Amino acid sequence: MAIIRNTTRRDFLKSTAGIAGLATLGAGLPLTSARAADLTVGFIYVGPKDDFGYNQAHAEGAAVVKGIEGVTIVEEENVAETVDVQKSMESMINFDGASLLFPTSFGYFDPHILTLAPKNPDVRFEHCGGLWSADKHPANTGSYFGYIGMGQYLNGIAAGHATKTKKIGFVAAKPIPQVLLNINSFLLGARSVDPEITCQVIFTGEWSLAVKEAEAVNALADQGVDVITCHVDGPKVVMETAAGRDAFVCGYHANQQPLAGDKYLTGAEWAWGNVYTDMINKTLAGESIDNFVRGGLAEGFIKMSPLGPAVSDAARNQFEATKAEILKGDYAVIKGPMKDNKGNVIATEGQGFAETDVELESMDYLVEGVVGSTS
Amino acid sequence: MSVDLASGAGSETAFREWLEKAARNAEGFVIPVGALVAGLAVFGAFLLFLGKSPFDFYALVYKAGFGTAFSWENTLSRTAPLLLAALCVALPARLGLVVIGGEGAIVLGGVAAGAFAMFAPDLPGPAGMVGMALFAACAGGIWIGLAGALRHLRGVNETISSLLMAYIAIAIMNHLVEGPFRDPASLNKPSTAPLAESWRIGSIPGFDVHWGLAVGVVACIVSWVLIERTSWGFAARIAGGNVRAAQVQGLPVGRLIIGFTALGGAFAGIAGMIEVAAVHGSANGSLAAGYGYTGILIAFLARHNPLAIIPVAMLLAGFEASSGLVQRRMDLPDATVLVLQGFVFVAILLSDTLYGRFKLFQPELWSRS
Repeated sequence: MAIIRNTTRRDFLKSTAGIAGLATLGAGLPLTSARAADLTVGFIYVGPKDDFGYNQAHAEGAAVVKGIEGVTIVEEENVAETVDVQKSMESMINFDGASLLFPTSFGYFDPHILTLAPKNPDVRFEHCGGLWSADKHPANTGSYFGYIGMGQYLNGIAAGHATKTKKIGFVAAKPIPQVLLNINSFLLGARSVDPEITCQVIFTGEWSLAVKEAEAVNALADQGVDVITCHVDGPKVVMETAAGRDAFVCGYHANQQPLAGDKYLTGAEWAWGNVYTDMINKTLAGESIDNFVRGGLAEGFIKMSPLGPAVSDAARNQFEATKAEILKGDYAVIKGPMKDNKGNVIATEGQGFAETDVELESMDYLVEGVVGSTS
Repeated sequence: MSVDLASGAGSETAFREWLEKAARNAEGFVIPVGALVAGLAVFGAFLLFLGKSPFDFYALVYKAGFGTAFSWENTLSRTAPLLLAALCVALPARLGLVVIGGEGAIVLGGVAAGAFAMFAPDLPGPAGMVGMALFAACAGGIWIGLAGALRHLRGVNETISSLLMAYIAIAIMNHLVEGPFRDPASLNKPSTAPLAESWRIGSIPGFDVHWGLAVGVVACIVSWVLIERTSWGFAARIAGGNVRAAQVQGLPVGRLIIGFTALGGAFAGIAGMIEVAAVHGSANGSLAAGYGYTGILIAFLARHNPLAIIPVAMLLAGFEASSGLVQRRMDLPDATVLVLQGFVFVAILLSDTLYGRFKLFQPELWSRS
């Protein structure tokens, strides 16, 4: 144990005087700035850039736009949703001259982007996943997101053909709308193959909690689940553990084929490179970016991993046919008659919610056939 | 004996006394600062090994942490919660207790503040802030006080219990903000209802740093007075030095242990409340940001002296403030600053063995004529 010593008042004064002295010394130093390009764009990630998941998908998007002429990219990873992200954004604005920011984590928006946007009217803040609204949010902020539920629906088709036990599984972070839509879509995709399939969901409670994710996969495998997908920030643990238990996997966020080998059926991936290229080109051309941007497979916001060797011909045919339908637009996964897993009606006969329906972004139920609870 | 001689001897004695005192005090300053410099130097060698320039690195750390007005705002904004988090470690440490679960008190303090705002939303701003602070202080105080009580009454190791309780606290927070206390409008980020604008803690005028910094500095000063200038603090230091001796002398060791742990917890709870009222505007999962753990580092580096916590917290906050620029300019991973903190921590802990080894700091050397 440390020996406790006292620092006296004098020591304290000395140290503070020293720091103040250093500060004055620093005022004279020249500031080296990265401000050389026409446009500096900042990307901020909540986790590591190589997490095989959410953050990697965004970092891959950032890597795509690095090549655009006149554009400088600055990046920061592992930035917490606290005063940290506010200061990272300000630092990019002050030291790098960034005028377009992509703080990519959902939790960055309220209150952090909303605090900075009014103070920096010349900077554009683009936020992933939020619901921008003109009467509540500053004009120099905007939100973008993709209809990745469709990707999970296609995952479900591949899973429905691959399962022998008719039990598929989903490892989920939190019971929030974006996650619930993915779970429901995955099950409904599988049920379009065989209506008797059920999907067991396990919520880990955190976006990134490797131990619980592995436990969840093992619990699913123990129950006879033989196809697993997930919605957590970094799917690495889920994919490796599931493949190790000889279950098939469907990817999410990014391509996880290298982690699961032949057990990898397909995966729902983000294609942020297209979105970022478009937004940056608009900014360079002096055009404005829409405040509320959404897109799906057809718009190139999401893409599917190449089908793995375990996917049967029947599965491939249904997968490609459904994908073609989705590409036409207005495809509805949630359509009547449909009940949630507590027996409440969520869509009546003839009623359907197309992928573009904003109502889907406040989903609070699990559909019939999903084993699990939102609370 | 002439008057002149007497006065000359007097001034010489005074000078000697001053030298003795300076020597005694300098030790507690020169050794940790020397260790800090040694830690930075070793880390510099580590950077060279990675093929990066340590000079560029420290220039960037300096620039992003302390080099501009914005850098100071950045550093001091990060300092604010760390001061209170460090007190949660430093106060029990004076009793010889190693409490490392301040994170739990911070998140529960934040949730308590959010809950108070839910149940009494109509109070005017100042009353709301005081109410939130009291609720948060109680939540944090009870939580860490419980670790102290377990230690005193049941002999449970407070280091282990406080750490494990931090995980329980985070689980309780997640349950409450995602369940009973959730604002139904918070769709993809479960949170308590947003605070009214009048309940929010604002910035210090002319300076983009919230008032939490001032609260933290005042708390450090009050803690220093408590420890160094009151009989309670004296009793705590006795008990920290030798608990049996303190008991033999009839000091209320149990009350001291529970009181100091609870006070530390209360400060951490208020840190959580300030995060809610000054930064987040509602209680949610982002409260578990690791301030409680950085607080451990700061308290140990400050040798559990509440006044020393202030500059040490600023130094570590400055390191963290520079993390982003280091990533962007030198293409070093985010963990770089953590490695730096680790080097400094180890260097300062090792320097503990140096006390009393240098003749230079022995008052006797200077009292000899």
